[in-house]
Amino acid sequence: MNIIVLVKSVPDPAVKVTVKNNQIVEDGLAWEPNPYDENSTEEAIRLKEKFGGKVTLITLGPKRAEETLKKQLALGADEGILVSDPAFDGSDELAVARILAAAIEKQGPYDLIFAGLTGVDWNQGVVGPAVAEALAIPHVAYVVGVEVNGQTARVTTEVDGGREIQEVDLPAVLTSMQNLNVPRYASLKNIMAVKRKQIPVWGAADLGIDPGQVGPNTVQTQLKSLVPPPERAAGRIIPGAPDEAVKELVRALQEEAKVI
Amino acid sequence: MANGVLVIADLRGSTPKRVTFETIGAARSVAQALGGPVQVALVGGPGVAAAAGPLGETGVDEIIVAESPDLAQYSAESYTDAIQQLTDANSPAVVLLSATPHGRDVAPRVAARLGIAYAADVTRIDVLDGQVVVTRPVYSGNAIASVALDSQPSIVTVRPGAYPVAPRQAGTSAGKQTTFSVNIEYAPGAKVVEFQEVKSERPDLSEASVVVSGGRGMGSAENFAMIEELADLLGAAVGASRAVVDAGWRPWGEQVGQTGKTVNPNLYIACGISGAIQHLVGMRTSKYIVAINKDPEAPIFKVADYGIVGDVFTVLPLLTEEVKKVKSQ
Repeated sequence: MNIIVLVKSVPDPAVKVTVKNNQIVEDGLAWEPNPYDENSTEEAIRLKEKFGGKVTLITLGPKRAEETLKKQLALGADEGILVSDPAFDGSDELAVARILAAAIEKQGPYDLIFAGLTGVDWNQGVVGPAVAEALAIPHVAYVVGVEVNGQTARVTTEVDGGREIQEVDLPAVLTSMQNLNVPRYASLKNIMAVKRKQIPVWGAADLGIDPGQVGPNTVQTQLKSLVPPPERAAGRIIPGAPDEAVKELVRALQEEAKVI
Repeated sequence: MANGVLVIADLRGSTPKRVTFETIGAARSVAQALGGPVQVALVGGPGVAAAAGPLGETGVDEIIVAESPDLAQYSAESYTDAIQQLTDANSPAVVLLSATPHGRDVAPRVAARLGIAYAADVTRIDVLDGQVVVTRPVYSGNAIASVALDSQPSIVTVRPGAYPVAPRQAGTSAGKQTTFSVNIEYAPGAKVVEFQEVKSERPDLSEASVVVSGGRGMGSAENFAMIEELADLLGAAVGASRAVVDAGWRPWGEQVGQTGKTVNPNLYIACGISGAIQHLVGMRTSKYIVAINKDPEAPIFKVADYGIVGDVFTVLPLLTEEVKKVKSQ
């Protein structure tokens, strides 16, 4: 199987970003793979281990995203491609999806494409479905289980009130949830091997993309402001022995908050 | 000329989900500001028209029944076809869906198909100088973005719990009810063949008005019986931190936080949860937060309205007893 994984480089999810002048403060920020993309990479490697084939990771981003890509490659993927061009800066998610679709077509035949359910940065969740639309293939979001049988797959998704099973013709795009699997750690051997690996960089010209059709020109949204969330006012610690504190808590919940 | 708001109802069979009433509430405020009707489309298989009864009680201007045997099973591709055709035929200024798994599965594909502006999981929609401006928590809730949508139509998914449900009045029906014939030319490459319902006596986590949540401090899977007891007493949903889910003590569906669910209850009781940033982003918009933790420095106390510093195994059973006592009065 030829499996593509779309990997996004996002600010370290374990660190609280700060906002200033309508943008996040990038100084000192570490960039990591989007957490959902780690589940995608893991699932792709498991399918390759079962059926043979190749796992190719594709990242769109600035030059620094190469480090993120290499971190994911070290899990055991075969190839990595960085899609990068100043012309791509400022693209919206639909343009990003078109660029990624062009890169997927350029890299050759494919059976399955994984993307993350959403990016933990901008939380739009567009790229997976929009890549599928651009390639005119099916997609399934919220994926928690994948079973491949030849040219079809049985895919389990998490929905309100339960799970759904979808029958899917391949190739298709699947977007991973965090409970799809538990990603492995990179082996030292892989980490060393990846360090020396040359990552090809594809730009607009390589992909046959007209720079006028991507970037800020085609964006249909405007960011009006980006601000920190409202702070919660500090509450109170209820003092006293546990039984007294509990009595006071229940009284407060009934009489002040009126929530029980 | 684009006009009004088109809501795509989120249904389970022919039963509208609670979030659909919330999304209609959002649609009404947008339509009032923009002008034009609120239309609600029922997309689904034969029988879906039955949802017109409860939805009509909100008094929306029009219910459009778009039923077809081809839409009996959910498929992102077929539903994209249907929503595209409904949008083309009705020219709304905004298309609204609920930010549920189906809503967030299909909406971006519709946006790509139509090449229009899309905003996911918004908590508020304003109209400023005739322009639609949405509010969206981003960076896991550590920043709030205000985004203007320049295309008409634009498409938006509304976060569950962000809007109150539209009031309903028995005996009221929609201004009119029409049918729309959807043309699905190609069999979809992916569609739902089975639904495995998870039956629970407890309310759904993302819709519950009270959530009792446990963290690593609960010590073991067995100790969650204490959480469940209090939850059942309060008619609450059970939540969990990521550490607990990773340890296999609780199912993933109960995870609150960055890569789990975002909850918005009136009361959130955090037991033995330290309050890592990834957890806080999933629950900090709760109306009241109670924290029980033995570490007075735990970050959870910074967002809690009421805190008790103490051993959860002592405090939690006392709390359950006290709640029992006041409930029986």
